[in-house]
Formats: sequence, structure tokens, C-alpha cells
Amino acid sequence: MIELRHISKIFPTADGDFQALSDISLTIQDGDIFGIVGMSGAGKSTLVRCINLLERPTEGQVLMDGILETEDGGPVDLCSLSPAQLRQARRSISMIFQQFNLLMQRTCLNNICFPMEIAGVPRAEAKKRALEYLDIVGLPDKANAYPAQLSGGQKQRIAIARALASNPKVLLCDEATSALDPTTTRSILKLIQDINRRLGITAIIITHEMAVVESICTHVAILEKGRMVETGTVEEVFSNPKTEAGRRLVFPEGANIDKFPVAGVVRVVFNGGSSYEPLIASLAIDCGVKVNILGADTRNVNGKAFGSMLLGLPEDRNEAAKAMSYLRAQKDVTVEEVPDYHA
Amino acid sequence: MLDFFNSPEVQEQFSLFLELLPGDVWDTVYSTALATLFAYVVGLPLGILLVTGEAGGVRPLPRWFMAALNFVINILRSVPFLILMILAIPLSRLILGTSVGTAAMIPPLVIAAFPFVARMVESSLREVDRGVLEAATAMGASPLQIVWKVLLPEARPSLLTGATTVTITILGYGAMAGFIGGTGLGATAINYGYYRTQIVLEYCAVIALVILVQIVQTAGTRTAVGSDKRLTKKSRRRGLRDANRQVNRDRRSPGGM
Repeated sequence: MIELRHISKIFPTADGDFQALSDISLTIQDGDIFGIVGMSGAGKSTLVRCINLLERPTEGQVLMDGILETEDGGPVDLCSLSPAQLRQARRSISMIFQQFNLLMQRTCLNNICFPMEIAGVPRAEAKKRALEYLDIVGLPDKANAYPAQLSGGQKQRIAIARALASNPKVLLCDEATSALDPTTTRSILKLIQDINRRLGITAIIITHEMAVVESICTHVAILEKGRMVETGTVEEVFSNPKTEAGRRLVFPEGANIDKFPVAGVVRVVFNGGSSYEPLIASLAIDCGVKVNILGADTRNVNGKAFGSMLLGLPEDRNEAAKAMSYLRAQKDVTVEEVPDYHA
Repeated sequence: MLDFFNSPEVQEQFSLFLELLPGDVWDTVYSTALATLFAYVVGLPLGILLVTGEAGGVRPLPRWFMAALNFVINILRSVPFLILMILAIPLSRLILGTSVGTAAMIPPLVIAAFPFVARMVESSLREVDRGVLEAATAMGASPLQIVWKVLLPEARPSLLTGATTVTITILGYGAMAGFIGGTGLGATAINYGYYRTQIVLEYCAVIALVILVQIVQTAGTRTAVGSDKRLTKKSRRRGLRDANRQVNRDRRSPGGM
């Protein structure tokens, strides 16, 4: 279990102190895949770097259990450890990065051996284990290749193998897929999920993409301006984001969150009607039918309406039909059904 | 033209040059190699400290210490080599019991070169991606492990390019040491050419120096580029070109060290 208690981080800058994190407390259970999301500058990278003390929190505690022997078997506060103890603890907390950070002058195999070299694992055993990890990440033939010869996705796989080599309890992923294309991103996320399930390693994933959280995380925390505004299981937060920041991340396009029941979707194209008539309002008044605007891109050119609108029709078939016939009757408006619309 | 080369006086200079050449080349190579070696023995650790000791470095050191280190290096680098060489004469006498000869050139060369080496090493180590150092820290590497296993190996190609530049600079300074009782190709050019106006001999010695520089440079660049694993086969040619450009930039900086 990882428990962050009242973490604050202040960076002194030329124009005064900058509060990167304010009073963040959260608990991550063993075996979770915990997503930390937020816009750029929200402090999520700083937060994850506070977990392995690459940044030392100005205030607060980072409690972890099972990474160092303690007298009472309880969790230790990383901030209270000596440099040597901290180095020992860090071997149980691996990290992967957006820019991979592989040693460019070492072969892939030797990159994976690196954490074991640091920990004093005998060379022969390290090599044997490194080959196993190469297998796990699906690159058994790249042992003697240098990182410069690999693609981005392959580099991240080697970085993951290197992260596994120290037999960690926790894997920190700092925007690990942000430099990769969508297909590679999916395969890397799949690998992280696989590792989480097979080896029981807790994963903490920093990302600005909700899609990443959606696809593999079990829990999520939303950061905004250094504060944690929302946390919970992914289902909870996604189905009912309670805060403005949460809604912005979950519905980046600003979709309707009142869950207006939508049956069919039609596209209404304005071909420059004689005047800029409030079509939707008159539809509601004249037919008593409420439609839902899913998206619109309209332009007023010399008092004439151009562009298109996506409308969600009500579930009631009669009402939907009424709305359709009303729209079709409009001058200078084309209406077409959109059968395969996905919000 | 041919008459000039056939004149007895020029013929005499030629044969004298050929007679002196093996010994001169040996003296030059020997003093340059040893001075470079000792300059690195002192300069390499200092260069490492300059990078690892700064605030936010791998192992930050007290500010006063870093300020003092930088100050001393800057002072030594700003004294012109000829003056430094004269100032170092007592040092040679102290260590070697003499201030003339091949070995006596080495202490002043080392004194002049180690601050330059420290700066060259510093700039090479700064090229190492901070992200890689951070990754090593996150894995629980100690500062010493980071220096030995990350910083120096990752900077290897750049360190080798720097060592080439340092060697050539020391070669050039060693030639100047002819003015204060040194030996080698430079000393021959000064003693016979400058003091006794044996122009042909002077030019021959200079041409031999040029050839030595070319050999060192070519070998150094090849080694540096050849050892750089960031370069794939395709980009190796480009790497060679970039390395040459870097070296030319170093040479252009006036004042050498």
C-alpha cells in the first residue's frame, strides 16, 4: 500500500514561491492501476516524482509498506530515510519515462542489467534474468541491439524490462505513452496491464489522456492546479464527475452531462436560409419537441446561416418523427440521419 | 627553384633535419603523451566535480568549494602559456632536478593543460541527458555509481573528441617550450630556424608537426565516432562530419587553452 499524506511541494522561483502541490492525500492499494490525470501544469509529474523522492515534498509523508524491513513491520515514511536506505527503497519503486531515458551507449541487454548491477547481482545471473525480461516485453531478439536502433515503442519496452529487473513492487509511469503513436500506445498499455496482472506490480500512471485511464486504470485521481479535486474508481469518476475539472477531462468536447436520452441523431445543414432564424427554439415552441444539440459549427454570413448542427432526437418515436418532418419542412435546410453516431 | 634546393647550404639543412627527425619526433610524442596523461589525471576528477558538485547535481558540494574551484581554474586558464611556463620552471627543478630537457617540459605543460582538461570534461559531461541521470537516481544508484556507470560511459564519444583537442593543444604548447629549453620538433624549429635563420629546416620541422597533428586528429575522430553507439551505420558518416565540425570550432577559439 502506498499512502500519500498531506503532500505539498513549493518551488522557489525568481518571482516568489510556486506552489506546485497543495495538501494532497491519497491511498493506493497493492495491485491497483492508479491513474493520475490533469491538464499540463496541474502538478501530476511533480506528484509522481514525490513518490520516489526525485522531488522531495516540502511537507507531508510518503508511506509505503513492504519495501524495507521495519521493526514493527509497519509502513515507512520515505522522507525520513537516510540516503542509503532511500537508495535501497528505490529499488522497489521502478519508473518509466516519456523520453525512455535508456543508456544510449549500452546494448539493450546491458540496459536491463543496469539496475541489477547497481544492486550487486552477479553478472551471470543478471544476464540470465535480463533475457527473461526481454522475453516478457516481447523483444527477445534485441539483446545486442543499441537503443538508437529501436523504434519509440521498442525503446519503451526495453525501459519496462529494465524497470522490472529490480523486482519492483511499484511501477511509476510518467507520461510513458505520450511520445508514442496510438497503436503503440495501446500495445504498451496492454503490456503494463499484463505486468500488473501477472506479476502483481502496482502501477501508477501519470497521463493527460483520459483514454489511457479509461483503457487500463482501476482507480483515478484528478489534479487541478496542484490540488486533488476528485478521486475514486474509474467507473465512479467517469460516470459521474463531480467537479468542473473532472467534467472537463471526462468530456473534453463539452458533451451534455445531463444525459438527455438520445435515440436517433440527425445532421442539419444550413444552406444560407434567408434569415438567421432560431431553428431549435422554434422547433421546441411550434412542435413542443426538445432536441439535444450534440455539436454545431455555424457561421453567420451577412445575416445568413451557414454550417451544420448535430441534433439528438428524443426517444419517443412520435416526437422524433414530428421533429424530423418539421425540420424537413424548413427552407434552405437539409436534414440527414446519422446512423452510426458515437458520442 | 631547383637551384635553390640543390644549393649546398639547403642540402646541408635537409640532411641535418633528417638526422634530427627521429629524436625530435620521439621527444615531441613522449612529452605530449605524458603531459596529456597527467593533465587528465588531475583534470578529469576536477571536471567531474564541476558537474556533479553544482546545485542540483548528482552530489552537490558546498557553494564556497565550487566557487573556489571555478576561480582557480579560471585564473590558471587566463595566464598566457609562455608566462605560466616560465613561472613553472622552479616546479620542474623541484620535481626533476632540472629545468631543461624533454622531461622538464612536462610539469609546465600539465599545469597549463589540466584546467583546460577540466573544462573540456565538464562540457562533455553536461551533454549527458539529465533524464538518464534521473532514471539512474530513481533506480537507487549511488553518486559514485552514477559517475562510473552513467556519466562517464554516456559521455565517452564526447570525452574522446575532447581528448583529441587537448592532445593537439598540448602538442602546440610543447612546441613553444623550445623557447625555455624544451626539446622536440618545436624546439628544432625555434633553435635552428628562428635563432639561426635556417629557414628550410624550420619549415621542415613545422611540416612534420602538421603531419603529427593530422594523424592525432584523424585517429581521435575515428575512435570517438566509432565508439558512439548512438550512431547507426547510416548516420556514422554524418557523425564523422559533425565531430570534425566540433573540433574545428574548438580550434577556432582564440587563446587555445
